[in-house]
Amino acid sequence: MPWDRNQMAERAGQELQDGFYVNLGIGIPTLVSNYIPDGMDVTLQSENGMLGMGPFPTEAELDADVINAGKQTITELDRTSYFSSADSFGMIRGGHINLAILGAMEVAENGDLANWMIPGKLVKGMGGAMDLVAGVERVVVIMDHANKHGESKLLKACTLPLTGTGVVDRIITNLGVFDVVEGGLKIVELAPEVTEDEVRKLTEAALVA
Amino acid sequence: MAKKVFDTASAALEGVLQNGMSIAAGGFGLCGIPENLIAAIRDAGTNDLTVYSNNAGVDDFGLGVLLQTKQVKKMVSSYVGENAEFMRQYLSGELELEFNPQGTLAERLRAGGAGIPGFYTKTGVGTVIADGKEHKDFDGETYILERGIRADLAIVKAWKGDAQGNLVYRKTARNFNPLCATAGRVTIAEVEEIVPVGSLEPDMIHTPGIFVQRIIQGQHEKRIEQKTMRAA
Repeated sequence: MPWDRNQMAERAGQELQDGFYVNLGIGIPTLVSNYIPDGMDVTLQSENGMLGMGPFPTEAELDADVINAGKQTITELDRTSYFSSADSFGMIRGGHINLAILGAMEVAENGDLANWMIPGKLVKGMGGAMDLVAGVERVVVIMDHANKHGESKLLKACTLPLTGTGVVDRIITNLGVFDVVEGGLKIVELAPEVTEDEVRKLTEAALVA
Repeated sequence: MAKKVFDTASAALEGVLQNGMSIAAGGFGLCGIPENLIAAIRDAGTNDLTVYSNNAGVDDFGLGVLLQTKQVKKMVSSYVGENAEFMRQYLSGELELEFNPQGTLAERLRAGGAGIPGFYTKTGVGTVIADGKEHKDFDGETYILERGIRADLAIVKAWKGDAQGNLVYRKTARNFNPLCATAGRVTIAEVEEIVPVGSLEPDMIHTPGIFVQRIIQGQHEKRIEQKTMRAA
């Protein structure tokens, strides 16, 4: 059984370590905050200018001045600090964040990442993604292994405009966990009942032992 | 000293607006945006604007209102996914768009305001963002040159301010506001409350008054873009 969204997020929770400062991207990566292992102290950074993000508010706690990078309302914690976007990206670009977990449209076997633009079609922008992949120590991507037509999103080379070159360390897909290593992608782990054959069929990137 | 406090956004903008000017606008999404000043620029009808702002508002609020009236010639932003009219104008070629990575845009404003004409960053190396930019290696790593931004006008929103122009922001509504405040040749701040000089704790002032030429007290809707809640 391939992992669903929540199971992928739960698996990504295992990437966290005690004391880590972590930036979670929009979408499935946001769900990782539900799977911080018990007893582990992790501080979440929001690139608009907040360190120490709390859970979503109750109706009574709603505050238009407290939002995350996905523009969702959130809450603060005892440890929270606020700062400008320049200070925020000083943390990111300056290598002070331990881990970024992001979504992706395509990843290449050399760690190239495309997650911000489909030419002529979708104009949204890269937001903070280019700064995050350039500056953060370790980058983990969560994505579907293939598109809805069964075409691999783990490629020999990205076809879409890049977010960064050689920046991805680990990929968590619905089929398993893969590390970017010399020569291609290495299977670290497979989702329950998923076989290596199935993975090979849905992977264009080189899989190495 | 010149009087900094004005009664309305329109009064504060008088003599400042010019067709074809550049404007740096604070805010992230709809959080901490100078909504009164944006509305007053719409009413003034100033056009051919180049706007530096992380986002472009939504169709009927924030900078989106200046797009509806086609007053904007060019946007420099990092993320515009929330604005359908923006996408329509961009895809039909009516609107120029320059995407800047969010951290690069923030630093361009900070640098410009600090008198630094350019800086090197590794953000965007190997992507379309690096096309045509100077590349330089430092300690074995490649960086690209990005330029500081000075804007003809900066419009910012703060929580509290005083007649000296000292500003305090609130929570994540700070975002790009202090950076834009430094980058404007003229900076106009709108605040939720103008407080007496001396009542802001000097150690807690985020933007010192030297960066602010004009200030108004506004009415703020503070619209929430994505109201997300947990069960009580």
